[in-house]
Amino acid sequence: MLEAYGLRKAYGSVVAVDNVSIRADAGQILGLLGPNGAGKTTTVSMIAGLMRPDSGSVKIEGRPIVADTDVTKRRIGLVPQDLALFDELPARDNLLLFAALYGLAGAAANRAIAEALKLVGLADRARDRVRTYSGGMKRRLNLAAALLHDPQILLLDEPTVGVDPQSRNAIFDNLEALKQKGKTLVYTTHYMEEAERLCDRIIIIDHGKVAADDTLEGLYRLLPVSNLLVIELENGAGGLPVEELRAVTGVRSAELNGGTVRVGVHNLAADTPPVLQWLVDRGHPYRHVVSERADLETVFLTLTGRSLRDA
Amino acid sequence: MITALRALVRKDIQLFLVDRRALLMSFVVPITIASFFGYVFGGHGDQSDASRIPVLVVDQDRSAISREVVNRLSSEKSLEVKPAGAEEAREAVRKGSATAAVVIPQNFGEDAGAAFFGPRSKPEIGVLYDPSHTAERAMVQGMLQGDVMQAVSQEMFSGATGRQLVKDSLAEIERSRGLKPDTKKTLTDLLGSVERLNEQQDATGTTSDGALGGGLKMPFTTREEAVTASTNIQYNGYAHAFAGMVVQFVLFLGIDVGIGLLQQRQRGLWKRFRAAPLSRAVLLGSRALSAAILAFLVVLVNFLFARVVFGVRVEGSMAGFLAVSAAFSLMTAGFGMLVATLGKTPDATRGLSILATLLAVMLGGAWIPMFLFPEWLQKASLIVPTSWAMNGLEAMTWRGLGLSAAWAPVLVLAGFAVAFGLIALARFRWEGEV
Repeated sequence: MLEAYGLRKAYGSVVAVDNVSIRADAGQILGLLGPNGAGKTTTVSMIAGLMRPDSGSVKIEGRPIVADTDVTKRRIGLVPQDLALFDELPARDNLLLFAALYGLAGAAANRAIAEALKLVGLADRARDRVRTYSGGMKRRLNLAAALLHDPQILLLDEPTVGVDPQSRNAIFDNLEALKQKGKTLVYTTHYMEEAERLCDRIIIIDHGKVAADDTLEGLYRLLPVSNLLVIELENGAGGLPVEELRAVTGVRSAELNGGTVRVGVHNLAADTPPVLQWLVDRGHPYRHVVSERADLETVFLTLTGRSLRDA
Repeated sequence: MITALRALVRKDIQLFLVDRRALLMSFVVPITIASFFGYVFGGHGDQSDASRIPVLVVDQDRSAISREVVNRLSSEKSLEVKPAGAEEAREAVRKGSATAAVVIPQNFGEDAGAAFFGPRSKPEIGVLYDPSHTAERAMVQGMLQGDVMQAVSQEMFSGATGRQLVKDSLAEIERSRGLKPDTKKTLTDLLGSVERLNEQQDATGTTSDGALGGGLKMPFTTREEAVTASTNIQYNGYAHAFAGMVVQFVLFLGIDVGIGLLQQRQRGLWKRFRAAPLSRAVLLGSRALSAAILAFLVVLVNFLFARVVFGVRVEGSMAGFLAVSAAFSLMTAGFGMLVATLGKTPDATRGLSILATLLAVMLGGAWIPMFLFPEWLQKASLIVPTSWAMNGLEAMTWRGLGLSAAWAPVLVLAGFAVAFGLIALARFRWEGEV
């Protein structure tokens, strides 16, 4: 289990992380979602012991990291955002080095390397130099390097930056497998799709502060609407009494947009038929109906007033 | 900890060995440049293949004396003498294809002979020289004076021109009214003796080599001895050249070590190292240790090449040579650590480090020997570690000094290593760029 309380880090007058608290349990993937510069990497660096927080504390399995050589650090595996590999060396030599950093040598190192390479699907490329790898393969090797000492907690800092969809799915499969093994994963990303797909709980960070901390469903509950009906009208929207539409049971919002009307509802199955019937009854037959599910982008927009992609 | 330390050092050595640029800069380039400088600046001490000074001789007199002067100049080992016309000689010196030209004017033999015994004005030999070769000009002038003196005196005491001049001089003295009687008698006796000597030689049909018939001779010869490790050991210019280039390119290796640390930080590798349960001493110490090992390897390989190909030997203490090399390697490691703390980006740091290295190398006498520096600069150069490295390596190689001569360079270089290391430790940014 990972616990961090009230983490704060400032660079001069710029506060990078402000009172961030985190808790991640075994067998759970915790997402840190936020735009670039939100403070995710600084938070991960403080958890990993790379930098001291100005205030706050971190406990790994109930123990703080008190020195560079603290054995508690063995419980953590860090996957840096950069491809932290020696391109000039074969993959196996890279892994031998990283295993040795944790005291693994000989048969134990060989066993750990074999398992890690097998997990990320690179066993057959072990003796190839890293510079011959594709971007996706390097990302997978970057992950493997953090697994050699079998850490309980895995800190993944934007581990899929710049990879193709196939490699991304492969990495997700690896992470799911690690989760099934009972590992604790902290996953930072600015891709909402990744957080939605992978994370059991998501902490939204913006400007160094926690904007929300909940499960995906819990975050959706923060929204005024969960679903949006985009209805294209047969004869245009002229003369449509929008105020009356907003009063229909289940309707949370209604706006005209050219020849379409956008209606916000919570319960798609229950609330959609009355809306469509109301339109027909008022002489506004519809030609086409599309429903859009609210997503983390909407959540971020609602919480911060800014788009995640534009932030 | 030992497992990690060993792995980190092994990784650095492995990276060095797979880096073609590093191998080129550590072995091929210094060996090539040192070989060139060694050859140009003297090569082996026997000087058998040393280049001679190109000198043109313009003989406008073509007398027995002028021909003898040319012959004597041509037999000088240090000169490469060729005949030429006056304009051709001037043009050659102007273009730099000849270092100097000697112009022997018309009637030189006659005028020189007359001036030798009498009050006639001395003839003038022109020496044209390249102003960028003043040292060579002095050499040519010195040799010319000796050769002319011997050629003229030889002709005066045994040649046909000399006999005629003696006769003419006797007649001139006899006719002279300005000379005092005592002086006239003394000069008549002197030249009369010379005339009788010539007549005796004619009667016997021999020349008296042992007497003045061979002319005036230089009253001494020189015995040259290069003072090196011991007798029978000659100075080897390659020893100095290799010491200089090894010092320079090993320091470049130190720069690469420092830059490498910065690059590791940029590439996120430093985070991975710092995330492991390792002390800062292991993280930086491993880098310093691998740098020292590589620097030592570069020193040994370069000098091994110099030994095999150019016969550069450790004429002094082998233990001293290894100690100086090891101390210099440690200093390089400290320098590398210092480089890693100088700037934020590899590119900015590299420029600054190369400038500092080149200055240190220049002041340390790696390019040109320190004895050519002004005295104040020779003393000032002691503040740079490179001068101690140069002195130490030269003392143990061609100077052939004992172990005791190695202690000062070793201690000073070790001191620099510690100082650089401590400064680097104090300035090193353990956090940042996360």
